[in-house]
Amino acid sequence: MTPGEFAAHLGEQYSEHKFSLDELNEECVLLPLEIVPQCFEFLRDDDATQMDYFDFSTCVDRPPDRLDLVYSMYSTVHKHRAQFKVILDRHNAAVPSVSHLWENANWNEREIYDLYGVFFPGHKDLRRLMMPDDWEGHPLRKDYAHPNLVVRPD
Amino acid sequence: MDLIKKIPAYIERIPNGGILMTGLDWVLNNAKASSMWYMLFGLACCAIELMATGASRYDFDRLGMIFRATPRQTDLMIVAGTLTLKMAPRVKLLYEQMPDPKYVIAMGGCTMHGGPFYHDSYSVLKGVDKIIPVDIHVAGCPPRPEALLNGCIALQDLIKGEKVGRQRDRPGLRHIDPSTNLPLLVRPDTGLIRPNQILMPDQLRVLS
Repeated sequence: MTPGEFAAHLGEQYSEHKFSLDELNEECVLLPLEIVPQCFEFLRDDDATQMDYFDFSTCVDRPPDRLDLVYSMYSTVHKHRAQFKVILDRHNAAVPSVSHLWENANWNEREIYDLYGVFFPGHKDLRRLMMPDDWEGHPLRKDYAHPNLVVRPD
Repeated sequence: MDLIKKIPAYIERIPNGGILMTGLDWVLNNAKASSMWYMLFGLACCAIELMATGASRYDFDRLGMIFRATPRQTDLMIVAGTLTLKMAPRVKLLYEQMPDPKYVIAMGGCTMHGGPFYHDSYSVLKGVDKIIPVDIHVAGCPPRPEALLNGCIALQDLIKGEKVGRQRDRPGLRHIDPSTNLPLLVRPDTGLIRPNQILMPDQLRVLS
């Protein structure tokens, strides 16, 4: 399935929502934030898609107020791969967890929470993964400033 | 002194009943310098060079150096690689678990001053001598096995220059808080700790 076919297939299932391709990266299908877990459950279980392998999820920080969450997944049955993107509000970033659908989303979401400060309601154990537990801030945000950071001279 | 009673054990008996007269310093220092067992742990790419140095082409065994997988049996800690702030309390704990006499070789640029992570890095400890005393620094990124062997030989020379009963003149901790004369390692609740106080990693936080 191509990204356009994924968008059309999702549009048939959820006809009240609009599914389009990301204008920055046409490999990505944009998902509406409200129905993220339902979409992924459908993509995993539907016979035409069967996305049974969760590749990874990651995040892109786009200041001043956009934060993109990217999911990549694969079907070992149909041998097709797809990327999905959810656009979040940078100041109040939260998206429902998909770790109950794919177990390995657990650590991916912990990493994104740790480094980007995205909250995942429904996650069983949302702790920091890489930084120390008492760390303050989310280092991969573009406006992150550590007090003792030595800035490279130009 | 109990130590003097043990001296015959350090000297191999000479055939035909001869007696070997020697200095206490010489015997003890050679014993220490010729069996520097190092701790088997690595943090980053320097550990690959450390493994290469331990393997047959360069061969640490020539210096009497054998790796031990526990800090309780080691004399030497080779800090090989980038030390992150999260790892730093664990390395401090490993150092505290080593029995005296103990020595530290800081291998590579990261362990001296952060190396390539000196600029624009929030998570790397800028110099392992902020938390543990370092005897020998080996430069390189990573150092070649020859450089590490050279550092080990330099450490042997340093050990052979020691005097029994005299406090070792170690280069030690470079980054000492001038007001309290203590290393910059703190516990969050009560503030600074003593250098040899043993705490669990979650009780420690490194000031960067």
